[in-house]
Amino acid sequence: MSSTVAEQLGLGLSKDEIAYIRKQLGREPNETEWSILDAEWAEHSSYKSSKALLKLFPTTGERVVLGPGYDAGVVDVGDGYVATLHIESHNHPSAIDPYGGASTGIGGVLRDILSVASRPIALVDILRFGLISESGHSRWLFKNVVRGIADYGNCVGVPTVAGEIEFDESFEKNCLVDVACVGVGRKDDLILGEAKKPGDVLVLIGGSTGRDGIKGATFASANLKADAGSDRSSVQVPDPFIKKLLMDSILEMVSQGLKIPGMKDLGGGGLSTALSEVASKGGTGVDVELKQVKVRESDMTPTEIMISESQERMLLVLPASAASGSGGVIPVLDKYGVPHSVIGKVTSKPDLVVRWGGQIVADLPAVLVTEAPLIPWPSRKPSKPIGATRGRASKSEPSLKDALLALLSSPNIASKRWVFQQYDHEVGVRTVVKPGQADAAVMRLPNGRFLAIKGDGNSKQCSLDPRSGAAGCVAEACRNVVAVGGEPIALVDHLQSGDPSDPEVYWGFRESLNGMADYCRGFGLPVVGGKVSFYNEDSATGRSIKPSPIAMVVGLIEKESSITTMRFKKRGDAVVVIGETRPEMGGSEYGAKFPVPKASAGAPLANVKSDLATCRAVLGLIEAGLVDAVHDCSSGGLAVALAEMAIAGEVGARIDIRGVPTMCGTQRETLFSESHGRFVAAGKDGNAVVAALKKAKIPHAVVGAVGGEELVLSGDSTVRLGVSSMASRFEGTIPELMG
Amino acid sequence: MRVAVIRFPGSNCDLDMVSSLAKIRGVQPKLVWHEEDLSDMDYDAIVLPGGFTFGDRLRAGAIAASSPALSKVKALAEKGLPVLGVCNGFQVLVESGLLPGALLRNAGLNFVCKWVDIRVENTKTSFTRSLKQGRVLRMPIAHGEGRYYLGARELERLEQEGRVVFRYCDPSGRVGKESNPTGTLHNIAGVCNKEGNVVGLMPHPERATEPLLDPEGLADGALVLSSMASRSPR
Repeated sequence: MSSTVAEQLGLGLSKDEIAYIRKQLGREPNETEWSILDAEWAEHSSYKSSKALLKLFPTTGERVVLGPGYDAGVVDVGDGYVATLHIESHNHPSAIDPYGGASTGIGGVLRDILSVASRPIALVDILRFGLISESGHSRWLFKNVVRGIADYGNCVGVPTVAGEIEFDESFEKNCLVDVACVGVGRKDDLILGEAKKPGDVLVLIGGSTGRDGIKGATFASANLKADAGSDRSSVQVPDPFIKKLLMDSILEMVSQGLKIPGMKDLGGGGLSTALSEVASKGGTGVDVELKQVKVRESDMTPTEIMISESQERMLLVLPASAASGSGGVIPVLDKYGVPHSVIGKVTSKPDLVVRWGGQIVADLPAVLVTEAPLIPWPSRKPSKPIGATRGRASKSEPSLKDALLALLSSPNIASKRWVFQQYDHEVGVRTVVKPGQADAAVMRLPNGRFLAIKGDGNSKQCSLDPRSGAAGCVAEACRNVVAVGGEPIALVDHLQSGDPSDPEVYWGFRESLNGMADYCRGFGLPVVGGKVSFYNEDSATGRSIKPSPIAMVVGLIEKESSITTMRFKKRGDAVVVIGETRPEMGGSEYGAKFPVPKASAGAPLANVKSDLATCRAVLGLIEAGLVDAVHDCSSGGLAVALAEMAIAGEVGARIDIRGVPTMCGTQRETLFSESHGRFVAAGKDGNAVVAALKKAKIPHAVVGAVGGEELVLSGDSTVRLGVSSMASRFEGTIPELMG
Repeated sequence: MRVAVIRFPGSNCDLDMVSSLAKIRGVQPKLVWHEEDLSDMDYDAIVLPGGFTFGDRLRAGAIAASSPALSKVKALAEKGLPVLGVCNGFQVLVESGLLPGALLRNAGLNFVCKWVDIRVENTKTSFTRSLKQGRVLRMPIAHGEGRYYLGARELERLEQEGRVVFRYCDPSGRVGKESNPTGTLHNIAGVCNKEGNVVGLMPHPERATEPLLDPEGLADGALVLSSMASRSPR
């Protein structure tokens, strides 16, 4: 046989990889074996293009119980409890079938949280689409992704509490759908995805195995085709009801303290990936009989069963006695009507042995399956920004008032109420700070503490400068968590870019990763998990997406009194700007709409040292009870931050722009620059706030006071904006676009 | 007072209901799997919590409504036991015929999750008897199918009999189109049976029993849940 076998099977493996497999095995793999390797060696499962670089992330810390490499990252939140977190994307499936793709994305990330034996308590969605103001296709994607998330998340009863949405032309065909989940569990209950003990049995539970999602991981690891509609069978079919039963049964087993030596979700690569990973992690092998797998279609081949990515399935590793029905696990599954079947056992020989009616149809070393050779892609700094789209900025400079109104009605900044009202964000009775109220969501933990959660990205800034842009994503997520009173304790990342074989795209990926890693190290923030997604480009235009790293940060809040929201609360409160504004208009929301002078067209630089000091100072103000409203400055700059605080509080403020600590030459830049490291806060005793910030050596100034029905910005000229007219722009934009 | 909170496959507000009821003085809630025995010797009231029972296949609440558990609930309701259905629980009560009407897809077609105000219209039910007529309560809704529907003549009769228990309103208690989140007829948020012991409502009182969870710092849902435990009318 020659490499035509691989060609006939339509594998995603490269010529080098095919040669490597033959050499390692010393023989020609059969069709099933090729397909298993193809599924597990797909970029999606193997991280072959990124693994070497991912080592740069700091992954340890006092609170880290489990870092990257497992189904979920685990951090200690005190009193025997842990928070678990994971992030997933479903970009390619969502680009083709936005409803099903987004739903199954949630299904997948929920299983990751469940597989470590924790209860999912919050979902976070970070979404990117083309320009919904111009493109019907993007509106269609947006509407159905949101509905897919809503229908799935609402049904399983896990609240969707936070997120971020960005609209940019580079995502017109290849939208990005990132879903993250946070769980809570007991440290003593943790279960890992490994099979350590030969003799234990493997039990497949949940939905049946069908032909949906076949080659999903391979599909996710290639560029979208122009006729992408023909790939619909690669998208899995979601069933939140079965997921709910799966979830309830597993949580019941955990709460009963039943012995489950290992648990693993079936995601990309299906059984191939789950079986080889539990064996490889446990240093064992597995021997499975595929006739025991419950299939949806009776004529499925062993290959199809091994690589199917049908949803709502989990693999349990159980002591042989438990599987016989006496041990308690089986009765719980039966109570919830969750199908289960013993499909094989753990062996001491470290091989993945697959049988069909007793006959061996695949026999591969587990480690060969899980350890694809890494690819050292070349990288080259591009001459122009990656994923750059044609400029849309108008030629003329608007008045400050018109500029602010235009930004408030930009879909990137406008209220996302249309989205989050479709999500049940209350179920679970844990959501203390809800969507739209503050920079991050705050969830109650069972030990009386609180968890702040936020995910952020900034594709425009990352396109201009992937390194500082990616650092900025972490910076912003940290600020958001700090603004509600949380001390950042852990992060999961998601790095998304185009085709890694393009040296310029790969350069962007490396730069983003480095920027994120450096910032995390400087902040003392461990990365406990993450995901990489390449091949995000559309072949109709041949253009890569803008590099889009995402950071989801969780923070711990010790006491209820520290929980802070952004709305201006009391008339007469002093308004304080914290941190310095620099002329950094590159990649800003203002810059996307209006002309920006060359001298200030660079992307904002995130300085981790000063950011950390500023964040600490802000937490100090919150804990001392000196401020009652805090908001970070990001998209739209200081002007938008002030407007949002006024809109949320339904009260105005009088602000003197001349007082703002700034390096900018013009008040326009001071108002709209998107420099990092800044907050706006309000408090009764301005002098006490000033004294605390002075002591911490953080640039700051009291710039005005809360009151009136207008936001008044005085400087070279005076801008007056009625709070209700700002609110109608802010609230009205997305509902109007979406009908 | 022993309260059974019935859990069906797909219920997802069951644990929230149990933890909220446990905070009410005089109430001992118990989570009861739908296949468990449910005899009136054991319980003084029954709650059907929210969620997506049986995945809301067929229609919201339809399969749970025809389950053996509901036959028992019906028998207990006929004996006068207080029965409360919240959200999907309301849908189950309507599907089972314990309450009249139907709950249709929201007018905007979207799922709606938001805090709303509702006005107490009838204070003679098991779940409003400690409340004042006209009292405005804040709590969240979260549903895709909550548009109450009943034929014109029956609706007229329902109104005449005072069986509309809660109506969506603005914070001052005014009932109007602006305060109707789903296009529900007559702003109806909850209704009861003739005897007043069976009540269904779309808003979630169990999500509004602690000031911590209400952006306005109230706990109005507790007033509804505690009504069933109060011995006498206000």
